[in-house]
Amino acid sequence: MSKRIEAHDVDIFYGKFKAVEGVSMTIEPRNVTAFIGPSGCGKTTFLRSINRMHEVLPGAHVTGRITLDGDNIYDPGVDPVTVRSMVGMVFQRPNPFPTMSIRDNVLAGYKINGKKMSKSDADDLVEQSLRGANLWEEVKDRLDRPGSGLSGGQQQRLCIARTVAVHPQVILMDEPCSALDPISTLAIEDLIRELKEDYTIVIVTHNMQQAARVSDTTAFFNIEGTGKPGKLIEMGPTEKIFSTPEVQATEDYITGRFG
Amino acid sequence: MAQTTTPPPSLLGAGDARGRFGDSFFRVLTLAAGVLIFVILALVSLYLILESLPAIGASPEELSAGVPFWQYVLPLALGTLMASAIAILLSTPVSIAVALFISHYAPARVSKTVGYVIDILAAIPSVVFGAWGMTTLGPALVPVYEWLSRASAGVPGLSLVFGTPSTTGRTLLTAGIVLAIMILPIITSQCREIFIQTPRLHEEAALALGSTKWDMIKATVFPFARNGIVSAVMLGLGRALGETMAVTLVLAPGALTANLIGVGNKTIPAEIALNYPEAFGLRQSELIAAGLILFVITLAVNMVARWIVSRYAEFSGAN
Repeated sequence: MSKRIEAHDVDIFYGKFKAVEGVSMTIEPRNVTAFIGPSGCGKTTFLRSINRMHEVLPGAHVTGRITLDGDNIYDPGVDPVTVRSMVGMVFQRPNPFPTMSIRDNVLAGYKINGKKMSKSDADDLVEQSLRGANLWEEVKDRLDRPGSGLSGGQQQRLCIARTVAVHPQVILMDEPCSALDPISTLAIEDLIRELKEDYTIVIVTHNMQQAARVSDTTAFFNIEGTGKPGKLIEMGPTEKIFSTPEVQATEDYITGRFG
Repeated sequence: MAQTTTPPPSLLGAGDARGRFGDSFFRVLTLAAGVLIFVILALVSLYLILESLPAIGASPEELSAGVPFWQYVLPLALGTLMASAIAILLSTPVSIAVALFISHYAPARVSKTVGYVIDILAAIPSVVFGAWGMTTLGPALVPVYEWLSRASAGVPGLSLVFGTPSTTGRTLLTAGIVLAIMILPIITSQCREIFIQTPRLHEEAALALGSTKWDMIKATVFPFARNGIVSAVMLGLGRALGETMAVTLVLAPGALTANLIGVGNKTIPAEIALNYPEAFGLRQSELIAAGLILFVITLAVNMVARWIVSRYAEFSGAN
């Protein structure tokens, strides 16, 4: 169920502006990979290019190769819609569909794309996905209520359930806890540890403790100055990055000297 | 050098709990504006009701048509509703499509141009639309009406709607088409405003689940905009119901008929406009009473729209 992601010399642009330059990396399956770095260093931009969400902005484009188990997702013969159904995404702010009930939110991936499903299959999927997101016990009695009525942390787990429900190979998380309180953050972090049994997980975070807590591998991005493109500085096992990084800038960042 | 110390500001003495003059002034001003609307509405209703009473209570012999008031006004009301219904049915899908093109499909420069063209359409006076409908669109539609009549002959229901065609083309359908064009800019610009307000977060959520652009629009833009679309359509409907000049010019008035492409049908505003200048006494009261009925219809339409909007409030995305 999980795939290996490889990036080869990826440049990412907003119009003429080059936001990310020369990123090459391998992201292992059944592993949590954290992207850390100061604001504007391109970590979110790079994350969004892994499921081809970057290009939905006008003028935005990507050069280079990003492969899922060897298949280039930027091949001209590849439909971005297919890529996105394989690579799910959880956003910075919880964004359940406000016009849908909790149940419909979980089924959104199927409903939106017009796939038919029997009621019992749908019920099973809803329960399985909500259990997978550690939310079932809290919402099982109000599945028909609007998803927007939940707390922020519950909404974010609902979004994870919605992502899990379409059975992706990879789950991308763009600062999934930045809008949440510490207790909800803990719940999401526990969930991430469970999810990595089945999925390739990539998480962008501003919180270095969070990266240290949940990730197996850490990639540090940095930027030389405003207007310059962001670059991948160093990537390795999380313990190593946080104890004996090879690059001075990484050490400066993780010890809080800047960022 | 001695330091001059200013005493710390005191809480008491600098005004009181009722706040500053500006605040209370604007509170009164906004209150007055709010009350004014009710006063105007009440006065209009009062005028319409008082002036209508003689005609509504009069016996058939006293009235111009020689029939009870309700028999006189019902065909007019139905004609008005039919013309407006045609306009809404034709205009809504086109407006939504154009608005969607502007908000989600067209490149920035094209969408700006289309937006301007739509706004220009709104600036054309209704008398121009009327004259165009009467002299150009009507005659141009005659062959179409003849074909519609032939094609639907013998088909139950259709043959009723598309009966014997008019030779001038000045029919209820022509009036409906002209009205549809007139309300197109209203509905389009309203819809565009709402479509572009769809939260990016939700659009991206839909895309990230692997939906196509059209599926994303169905899942996020339309549900988010539903209340707004209803309001936009009601705004257009209000305009269509009350539109006088265009219909007066386009429609060759006659008795109520289901035949949309033949001679016949009248609307309340056109009836009033055609007859009011020469009316006096009870006839004038009759026409004002017809106006009262139009007022009630418009009010009912708006209330239904409010009700539709409020039914979905919980799922609206506003919370």
